[in-house]
Amino acid sequence: MTMLDAKIPAGPLADKWSNHKNSIRLVNPANRTKLDIILVGTGLAGAAAASTLGELGYNVKAFCFQDTPRRAHSVAAQGGINAAKNYRNDGDSAFRLFHDLIKGGDYRAREANVHRMAEVSNQSIDQMVASGVPFAREYSGYLDNRSFGGVQVSRTFYAKGQTGQQCLLGAYSGLIRQLARGKVTMYPRRDMLEVVIVDGEARGIITRNLVTGEIERHSGHAVVLATGGYGTIYYLSTLAVGSNASAAWAAHRKGALFANPSFVQIHPTSLPQLNDYQAKLTLMSESLRNDGRIWVPKEKGDRRHPNSIPEEERDYYLERRYPAFGNLVPRDVASRAAKERCDAGYGVGDTGLSVYLDFGGAIEKQGKKAIEAKYGNLFEMYNKLAGINPYEEPMRIYPAGHYTMGGLWVDYNLMTTVPGLYAIGESNFSDHGANRLGASSLMQCAGDGYFILPVTIGDYLAERFRTPRISTDGAEFDAAEKEARDKLERIMAVGGKQTVTSFHKRLGRIMWDDCGMVRNEAGLQKALSSLSELKEEFWREVKVPGRLDQVNQELEKAVRVADFFELGQLMCRDALSRKESCGAHFREESQTPEGEAQRIDAEYSYVAAWEHKGEGSDHEFHKEPLKFENVEIKERSYK
Amino acid sequence: MKIKLKIWRQESAEAKGGFVSYDLEGVSKEMSFLEMLDYLNSTLIEGDEEPVAFEHDCREGICGCCSLFINGRPHGPAGETTTCELRMTQFEDGSEIVIEPWRSRVFPVIRDLIVDRSAFDKILQAGGFISANTGAAPEANSIPIAKHKADEAFDAAICVGCGACVASCPNGSAMLFVAAKVSQLALLPQGRAEAKKRVRKMVAKMDELGFGACGNIGACEAECPKGIKISHIARLNREFLRASI
Ligand SMILES: Cc1cc2nc3c(=O)[nH]c(=O)nc-3n(C[C@H](O)[C@H](O)[C@H](O)COP(=O)(O)OP(=O)(O)OC[C@H]3O[C@@H](n4cnc5c(N)ncnc54)[C@H](O)[C@@H]3O)c2cc1C
Ligand code: SF4
Ligand code: FES
Repeated sequence: MTMLDAKIPAGPLADKWSNHKNSIRLVNPANRTKLDIILVGTGLAGAAAASTLGELGYNVKAFCFQDTPRRAHSVAAQGGINAAKNYRNDGDSAFRLFHDLIKGGDYRAREANVHRMAEVSNQSIDQMVASGVPFAREYSGYLDNRSFGGVQVSRTFYAKGQTGQQCLLGAYSGLIRQLARGKVTMYPRRDMLEVVIVDGEARGIITRNLVTGEIERHSGHAVVLATGGYGTIYYLSTLAVGSNASAAWAAHRKGALFANPSFVQIHPTSLPQLNDYQAKLTLMSESLRNDGRIWVPKEKGDRRHPNSIPEEERDYYLERRYPAFGNLVPRDVASRAAKERCDAGYGVGDTGLSVYLDFGGAIEKQGKKAIEAKYGNLFEMYNKLAGINPYEEPMRIYPAGHYTMGGLWVDYNLMTTVPGLYAIGESNFSDHGANRLGASSLMQCAGDGYFILPVTIGDYLAERFRTPRISTDGAEFDAAEKEARDKLERIMAVGGKQTVTSFHKRLGRIMWDDCGMVRNEAGLQKALSSLSELKEEFWREVKVPGRLDQVNQELEKAVRVADFFELGQLMCRDALSRKESCGAHFREESQTPEGEAQRIDAEYSYVAAWEHKGEGSDHEFHKEPLKFENVEIKERSYK
Repeated sequence: MKIKLKIWRQESAEAKGGFVSYDLEGVSKEMSFLEMLDYLNSTLIEGDEEPVAFEHDCREGICGCCSLFINGRPHGPAGETTTCELRMTQFEDGSEIVIEPWRSRVFPVIRDLIVDRSAFDKILQAGGFISANTGAAPEANSIPIAKHKADEAFDAAICVGCGACVASCPNGSAMLFVAAKVSQLALLPQGRAEAKKRVRKMVAKMDELGFGACGNIGACEAECPKGIKISHIARLNREFLRASI
């Protein structure tokens, strides 16, 4: 084990970022044109980075697996994006935003990064508005804000329920502008399979062209991953179904440490699973909790229609347990509370695995029109999917896998442990500790892509402009291509009888049951052994029809699932090694007498970062100790 | 329930395609349309046949990947619905469902039901952006925008780039898609500076790529899953006229 150095700049918290910007090396504009940057992933983080790096003059080669960047999973974010503008004059500031995030992350995030994210948040909003993002406005013509997910100020900017779409399209418009200028070259419909390391530095990637099946080599002076999160490991999740860990895992296999893999956010307000065919769980935005009240019947197994259960026979359990925050408690708390009620037999619906989210009172007080203006499209979406009209009866919701706080370990410059290899957006572990607050992922992605990476990467590239264009002919490229090809051929060669999806479903079930909302030693051990059995069965029984050299969607899925098995094992090991509860990581062995998460700061105030030691060997564990100098560490109480 | 599927199969862009029929039993009304296709695919794989290729990702009506021409209508029979939002409740036991890819000269088939829609990106590249460099933006609230204008811009901005408008148009015109972007940016003060250049370049690119001319038929509006209004085409025409004088 080693102690990791995040290279956090010295000085007072609020000055670190400016000091750092003032002191790091820059690349002069003429030299930038000699530098190629590979950027994998063009969601909000990647598209923002591509446009900014292109403007700066770098040559960007950008990759995504969809047919166009505009379809990246960021498009699905609904509720909003935070910034510390303090437009409401309600006492907000970068420091307060920082403070909320550190507390929300249950004191498991790095102070300096979080403060920087809060600092640049305002600029991201400016940038987006200038790019034509149509955020919601008040009648005055000024930007509207709402309060979102477990905080007491209104700092969330939104565009109805399509905030992610509008933010992504804004960043994508910057990217296509650079495409037109020739500064960005787009390689869509590509899966990244390998990172190529030359002399210890990231110098390229291997991709599969998803149309022709061709295995391709690409080189650059640096490689940036912006490949999103891996919540799809649960099979059913709120993520777009193509979301995956494979790019990050390829980097991990080549030496990039993976941090806090088991920190996964389970979102409290998703549509419940309705049947076995279901391919995903649709999120109902958290903003609904601003006006909706969550309840279950007081009586176990009460099967009456919700509208005929009188007020006094309803248990508004969040309001009961957390009077200060009520329905607005953070996601992890709300999710566990729903699970607790359902496990205790109070859940509703056919399966007993859902709770009510009720707008009856809000409609009575504010009128249907006001509610429609705020949530119209969400109500419609719910009605389309569940066949229930939320204006007339409560929605039914249940928690679902949603966001991965874990990811590639990066230092303050957002560089992984492989020199020249960066990770931004959801693909890194950086800013959300053990739990992410609502509307702060888009904020992080925009900050990383627009304002942070384009500066910090200069520090690394400053010396590299002398390195001539990197050839893709070297032995390292040969080896990486062979590795990629061998893996694909191995999958195709199994020739078993079971579909990839059937394995993914079983894998998801194991992870959900034992490495989901609640974890314990025995369950995690059991999950580890089930995972290794299932993985072995996969490599014996999976069936991937078709050929390598054509569109082959089953093969694409198979690669993802194969990597998920390994990531799943690492998630369980990580969860086992952290014997405390913190944020979304709830170890049953570590709870307060009232059943709340019990952190053990003396032992676990660190980031766990895992090193891949080769196929078949155990990961090596490293630590980044966390220091809190600007916030008082408290029990995270929402009572 | 039991349904009969007639699906366009085509191995590659070069290959000759054709319809193949499948009888599918055990379909549930609770399935979404794409879950029904997932189910078909699992039976095909188990029976040693190749699954049907189709595009999808978010499965909640926002990414614009899904793009199936179902019984002669883009995104199927339900109004303002993307294919992935379509449910099997829309279909009766025993019904026949014909599934094709988008049909357009400009959207060639890649495989089965997947088409190449990169022409859309090319149109946007011609001018579908505001040239705002990172870091140069003014304070966001320094540009007040009347709420009704912002709302109208938003209503145009929610286009998901699916291409149903093109697939539904007898002339294969991309006007609704182009108009949505032109209109969004024309309504916002930030977008005015480049408005003339933008509309000229985008329209020229659209013509150059081979999309058909708009004949004011209105099929696009009727089939757009996001309810983009044809009035945006009127605004495009006005903008275009202004740019030409
Ligand atoms: C339903 C939902 C609602 C949400 N709502 C909000 C919200 O309101 N506010 C908020 O702040 N956050 C929200 N989030 C979280 C937020 O949307 C995501 O965390 C964020 O958008 C991630 O952006 P990204 O740029 O890191 O990655 P993504 O947008 O996921 O993009 C990943 C990119 O990487 C590419 N890629 C992935 N794997 C590969 C590979 N192997 N090879 C090549 N390319 C690859 C993809 O093509 C894509 O371009 C929500 C999430 C969900 C699921
Ligand atoms: S205008 Fe409508 S139909 Fe056309 S691409 Fe946009 S969302 Fe699809
Ligand atoms: S799959 Fe995303 S819109 Fe249908």
